[in-house]
Amino acid sequence: MFAGRLARQLAAAAKPARSVRRISTTPARKSDALFIHRDTPYNNPKIPFKFNEENLKRAEEIISHYPPQYKKAAVIPLLDLAQRQNKGWTSISVMNYVANFLEMPPMRVYEVATFYTMFNREPIGENFVQVCTTTPCMLRGAYDILDTVCKELGDVKVGGTTKDGKFTVIEVECQGACSNAPMLVVGDDFYEDLTPETTKKILAAFKKGEKPKPGPQSGRQTSENSAGLTALTEKPYGPGEHCTPDFA
Amino acid sequence: MLRSSSSISQISRPFKAKLRRSFATVQDPPVRRYGGLRDQDRIFTNAYCKHDHGIKGALSRGDWHRTKDIIGKGDSWIIQTIKDSGLRGRGGAGFPSGLKWSFMNKPGWEKDPRPRYLVVNADEGEPGTCKDREILRGDPHKLIEGCLVAGRAMNATAAYIYIRGEFYQEASHVQQAINEAYKAGFLGKDACGSGYAFDVYLHRGAGAYICGEETALIESLEGKQGKPRLKPPFPADVGLFGCPTTVANVETVAVAPTICRRGAPWFASFGRARNQGTKLFCISGHVNNPCVVEEEMSIPLKELIEKHCGGVRGGWDNLLGIIPGGCSVPVLPIKKCEEVLMDYDSLKDAQSGLGTGAVIVMDKSTDIVRAIARFSQFYKHESCGQCTPCREGTTWMMNMMDRFVEGRGHQREIDMLLELTKQVEGRTICALGDAAAWPIQGLMRHFRPEVEKRIAQFRAENGTVLFGGRLLSETDPSMALPDNLGGSLKEASDATAAVSPPA
Repeated sequence: MFAGRLARQLAAAAKPARSVRRISTTPARKSDALFIHRDTPYNNPKIPFKFNEENLKRAEEIISHYPPQYKKAAVIPLLDLAQRQNKGWTSISVMNYVANFLEMPPMRVYEVATFYTMFNREPIGENFVQVCTTTPCMLRGAYDILDTVCKELGDVKVGGTTKDGKFTVIEVECQGACSNAPMLVVGDDFYEDLTPETTKKILAAFKKGEKPKPGPQSGRQTSENSAGLTALTEKPYGPGEHCTPDFA
Repeated sequence: MLRSSSSISQISRPFKAKLRRSFATVQDPPVRRYGGLRDQDRIFTNAYCKHDHGIKGALSRGDWHRTKDIIGKGDSWIIQTIKDSGLRGRGGAGFPSGLKWSFMNKPGWEKDPRPRYLVVNADEGEPGTCKDREILRGDPHKLIEGCLVAGRAMNATAAYIYIRGEFYQEASHVQQAINEAYKAGFLGKDACGSGYAFDVYLHRGAGAYICGEETALIESLEGKQGKPRLKPPFPADVGLFGCPTTVANVETVAVAPTICRRGAPWFASFGRARNQGTKLFCISGHVNNPCVVEEEMSIPLKELIEKHCGGVRGGWDNLLGIIPGGCSVPVLPIKKCEEVLMDYDSLKDAQSGLGTGAVIVMDKSTDIVRAIARFSQFYKHESCGQCTPCREGTTWMMNMMDRFVEGRGHQREIDMLLELTKQVEGRTICALGDAAAWPIQGLMRHFRPEVEKRIAQFRAENGTVLFGGRLLSETDPSMALPDNLGGSLKEASDATAAVSPPA
């Protein structure tokens, strides 16, 4: 039966496009992530997940930050903790475990895990490369950086993982380092002030298993004027200086 | 009627006064120039992380200096000081901070048994904005001390710092500062030895721009999807965990202790009336040296760029436009950039806004339509999906803007798009709908000829484009085509094209 349906579908697809009357002229845009879960061999509720000793302690500490009747407020930090333990992605078992841990309905955890972009619901590579392409970065050539990254990693598509499973590349929205544009994030570290050359260098280091120094790659320290300081050149004032007599 | 009254006023204008004026005995009030803040007046002395961000360095830079005495002065003194200083919220809306904090101390608040919270909004995600990051990693103790001072002002029991999940290094600096402050006795049951109990917790988000909206942030802190709540009830009545809450930006909170110590008149001496103070500006885009810098409010935009960023790439005349306050505010063309001052009122008069003080500079090489279209993509991605006008509208806006980038559209669609933005604006729970609409309105206000030019060019190359972006040549001639798709509509560019061949 399935084969018959497939054949029909193929036949429909083979018809000339002209005779298909389209109601909408723009192609349907799929969301960047699927919001449903389908059991797969690598992602199903039967795969066990448990916090290790260290994370268990951390989790208890995090829960203590919130009022006892609002334990579920810890769901985002705990999912993050669990994702870190689970090789950077949030499987269905992770969500179920966190739901159980916080005594909340699993659906409430799924809601949260699908809403926030930092929870990956599919496995990712060892190095999670996130290139910011929002306008301030775009103005300074973020798409060149994205192209360089994709090409350097062997023509990997945006959103895809390299064949060796070492890198996953995605395009992300503003990461809040606009004065240091363009930038990319690998794991938790920001690499800023990029050019295609420095991008290649960073990726080469990661390929060798090293970790290059995070931060601006142009030589400046943070977000100061790179041609020499225009502010904060003097020694910072000390306690009580310039204060009113009450606080001198 | 009107005319007669105005003529009377003209007649009644004292002639003598005019005469006296010419003797030049009455001097014009001196013109005050803004900008040129000195280092001794900068609040964030470690914004560039040149010094130790830990407690030792913080103490040497004057943080936690006699905080006990500030707390000892009491809530009304702190609120009055903040009110006198003219501090307005630095997160974008610019609401007077002293007033906002005073909402927490309604008459009879002592009888309310609920805990009270200060929530610090460190979910900095507005494209162009990177000022809070410098505070979080360079001066975290200023923020922690600010939490205590602002918390005392609103009689809060605890503060939550909601930091965006991407800021890992920043979060670790803040956590380090919190731990050090507890260890030194600055926080906890007896904060700074004042007898006031106060806790500060750090909460990391997980990547959602919408969580920068105050009620969405509260929802997110409670462990739910970050979907804004309807107001009222306002957070000051029912906020985090159902308790009175005030959400404030990192910068607003972090400047409070310094204002208390150096006095409200000092802070109020910077900037124009109602826009006083100093502010961190972050400049990105096509300038020679993008940077984050603390400057006086009301500094002319041109001076800010020339003085601190080495000017626009290729000189000032190479400037196309500037977005003065992060992606949510309309773009300004070069002519206006020359005259605006960087404060709330001046930019509002220029039909834009100060927002977060994030200046995005675009030179003549910029594809302005594409730049704004990228913002539309951003808003489409970040819309939480709660209100229909925003959820659907941002997608429509993105689709139309993406088509306009190559000019695949009809002239009339520009007005349709503008109408769409007007219908999204003001019809959503939070301001994200407005924020998505304004950049497009700004683009059409100042750069409409550019969009029209592209549409005309595309039409000249590809023939008539129907509403929705389909080419007339792509339609199936055997099917009936509704005549409301603009296929038979003439355009201004057609007229010139039709006229020119005979001539």
